[in-house]
Amino acid sequence: MWRVVLLLLVFALPVRAQGGFEAALPGLAGGFAQQAEAVERLGAIGDPRAVPILRALAEGRMQKRADGGLLIVEGGAVRDALTGAAAEAGEVVRINNRVRGALRGAFGRLQLLSPDPAERIAAAEGLFRSRSPENVSLLEDAVGRETDPAIRDRMTLALAASRLAAPEDVAKRQGIVVLGGTASAEARGLLLEARAANPALAAEIDAAVAAIDTRLQLKRVAETAFQGLSLGSILLLAALGLAVTFGVMGVINMAHGEMVMLGAYTTVLVQELCRGVPWLAPLSLPISVPAAFLVTAAVGVALERGLIRHLYGRPLETLLMTFGVGMILQQGVRLLFGAQNREVVSPSWMQGTLLLPGGIEVTQNRLWIILFSLVVLGLTVAAIRFSRFGLEMRAVVQNRRIAATMGIRTGRVDAMTFAFGSGIAGMAGVALSQIDNVSPNLGTGYIIDSFMVVVFGGVGSLAGTMIGALTLGVVNKMLEPWAGVVLAKIAVLVGIMLFIQRRPKGLFALKGRAAEQ
Amino acid sequence: MTIRTPFSRRALLAAGAGALAMPALRPASAQSGPIKVGVLHSLSGTMAISETALRDTVLMMVEDANKKGGILGRKVEAVVVDPASNWPLFAEKARELLQVHKVDVTFGCWTSVSRKSVLPVFEELNGLLFYPVQYEGEEQSKNVFYTGAAPNQQAIPAVEYLMSEDGGAARRIALLGTDYVYPRTTNRILRAFLNSKGISDADIMEEYTPFGHSDWQGIVSRVKRFAGEGKKTAIVSTINGDANVPFYRELGNQGIKAEDIPSVAFSVGEEELAGIDAKPLVGHLAAWNYFMSVDSPVNTEFKAMWSAYIKNPKRVTNDPMEATYTGFKMWSQAVAKAGSTSVDAVRTAMYGQKVATPSGYEEQMFENHHLSKPVMIGEIMENGQFNVVWKTSSAIPAENWSPFIPENASRRKPT
Repeated sequence: MWRVVLLLLVFALPVRAQGGFEAALPGLAGGFAQQAEAVERLGAIGDPRAVPILRALAEGRMQKRADGGLLIVEGGAVRDALTGAAAEAGEVVRINNRVRGALRGAFGRLQLLSPDPAERIAAAEGLFRSRSPENVSLLEDAVGRETDPAIRDRMTLALAASRLAAPEDVAKRQGIVVLGGTASAEARGLLLEARAANPALAAEIDAAVAAIDTRLQLKRVAETAFQGLSLGSILLLAALGLAVTFGVMGVINMAHGEMVMLGAYTTVLVQELCRGVPWLAPLSLPISVPAAFLVTAAVGVALERGLIRHLYGRPLETLLMTFGVGMILQQGVRLLFGAQNREVVSPSWMQGTLLLPGGIEVTQNRLWIILFSLVVLGLTVAAIRFSRFGLEMRAVVQNRRIAATMGIRTGRVDAMTFAFGSGIAGMAGVALSQIDNVSPNLGTGYIIDSFMVVVFGGVGSLAGTMIGALTLGVVNKMLEPWAGVVLAKIAVLVGIMLFIQRRPKGLFALKGRAAEQ
Repeated sequence: MTIRTPFSRRALLAAGAGALAMPALRPASAQSGPIKVGVLHSLSGTMAISETALRDTVLMMVEDANKKGGILGRKVEAVVVDPASNWPLFAEKARELLQVHKVDVTFGCWTSVSRKSVLPVFEELNGLLFYPVQYEGEEQSKNVFYTGAAPNQQAIPAVEYLMSEDGGAARRIALLGTDYVYPRTTNRILRAFLNSKGISDADIMEEYTPFGHSDWQGIVSRVKRFAGEGKKTAIVSTINGDANVPFYRELGNQGIKAEDIPSVAFSVGEEELAGIDAKPLVGHLAAWNYFMSVDSPVNTEFKAMWSAYIKNPKRVTNDPMEATYTGFKMWSQAVAKAGSTSVDAVRTAMYGQKVATPSGYEEQMFENHHLSKPVMIGEIMENGQFNVVWKTSSAIPAENWSPFIPENASRRKPT
């Protein structure tokens, strides 16, 4: 039915092009169905005066007077939508998803030739979704003019989708070929939708869908691998500090999760301090990294010097004591910051999706966290291998008494090592603040996973921690589609238990006399 | 049973002591002392994001009642405990409220698992619980008054809306939820409902995650794939607590817009949105029986009362707060009618109580211990408030035993 209406509108276009603009406006303030129709008409008329009005409607800046006249709010001032004269504020005009969909189509028509590339991309996206045959000639024209290959690709897709909706079979076939050449689940959806309406083209559509499916299969594998790496990178970040304190020093630190949590709260604090300074605000996340390291390292020193050093060689007491410290830290943060979660704003470069070749979509925040975890791993390895502190640390771990006779202050090294491990946990907290809720309980969710990774990878081996984290992440994500989130996690835990039965020392067991002690 | 002897002996002793003390103490405290109102909401842990505001609402109502000279001429006193999002602890705290503090009524619980945990305690000790949150139904206890919505007052109308022309005419539904009793039962009802509307199981996806889940990338990309079958797809979310924040963030990051795949949530309201940047969520839906944006005289009064009490202009009101308000009003009316706070007298007095609620409708308590309620669908706006896009014309009585669950046939009264 609506297709007929649309067709009628297309034929009526040239006649009503002039008067239609004013005539369509009052509908914008009507019921949702009326609004959607008015938006579609304005899009079809193509009068550029409609752009600021529709934008005001989309952004909730449109108001209506009691007599139905339209007003636009701009920079705090209310103006008449048609005359631009100043006016009294009216009632805000609201829209729903149906109107929003119509708006996207209308903007698509009105902005397809906009000088702003971002608007052209949005226009192509909008027309891809609204897909109506009347856009075909408009899109053909735009594709011909477009110089940016990425935008041209989007426009070509929108053109194909519009052709698929056209009445002629020739146009439909052209559309099917183009859509079949993509790796897009949306294109697949369009084709399947068209299949029901066009039984004559079923064979062509099936072939195109099959071609998309092959590509989607590849894409799915790549995306699962990415998601696995992402989960692995988070496990790695959470476990890396523990690999130092537990793996190297042998301290069972149940307050490790709380170090992560303190790192996340440092991020919140830094963000709030930076908020007042405009040029500093976008940098708050990078600033948080060293800040979180310093804060948690300081807490680590205090913890080691104040408590843990008195309990070396007594793992059970250490476990209970650090568990208690963890609870104190949680409650302390709850008292200071409140039980409610704190919001950490994601910078724009950590939002949205990055499109890789082959249509593979990766979310930016996850990508940055993978890179960040690798950088932290690299720095940790470098600090242990190449710095004076790392040398002393390894010496103390291998043989404390000989190290002491060589003039190394072993107590100081212990404190530094624990501070280092805690600092890494704090940096993990910065990353986690971007994907998880910053609450006093943040750490409790990661402590078990961290121990799991360190034990699985091999106590005392950083390479084992990395391989262990990434393996667990990828295996978990591969199991998820079949088993669901809860069962996949259980399956991974059972797998680790069986693995530890076979290899009690984990993936990378340390060899030699030192490891036997 | 032999193992339990020491316990029962102790219980007997306690009961004996109680019985001895009763004639001397009970009348005195029950007639002249303050009326005690228990508050059983998580103030920490994963549910604190939602439940803290409910504690504040009860405290506000208590303060209001005292300003008006108390109830039955007696002062009202709140007893607040923190069950810390820990389900077994809910039962312990409920026992503490009833036995140690001897509260006359309790307002509490959010998740169904916490309500299930305290239910035996309230039934054993003949306490009175007002439960203010929408839930899955399938329950009715003489010791509980349910002031939130049953499935026919929220979930089913919401899905009907998604399937309507205005809601996007969805024909494929992804049911995402937190892994506990409320989402599982609600989704069981919804699946039967969808099947009855001609949507086959192949067009329904169902996934569950633990409380506090933060890694939504796999599920969201599976929903995207699920949507690529040529039928309009929508998400029905029974995700609870702060797991919603990373869920919506992931929807935004993966570019899922409400115009393409709308989602309707049953546990996300103004309070939950206050903690996040709502811009990427504009157009996603929530189904409730009240929104802060509702334009009614009682709501204006309610909002003014709230901002005066909480002294923070940023704090919002939401549906479970409204249900707490309504429950407290109704309970005060019932106590006044019964002339006593005795649980049995108040229970009888509750039936048929009516309150003009902030939702703009008059709601009535029925003998099935459930309220009649209007249903509203709201779209998330940029400021974290909701724009009501659909609502029922009147308050609908609750069907706590869903007709879509076959085992209920014997429980439902023929109508």
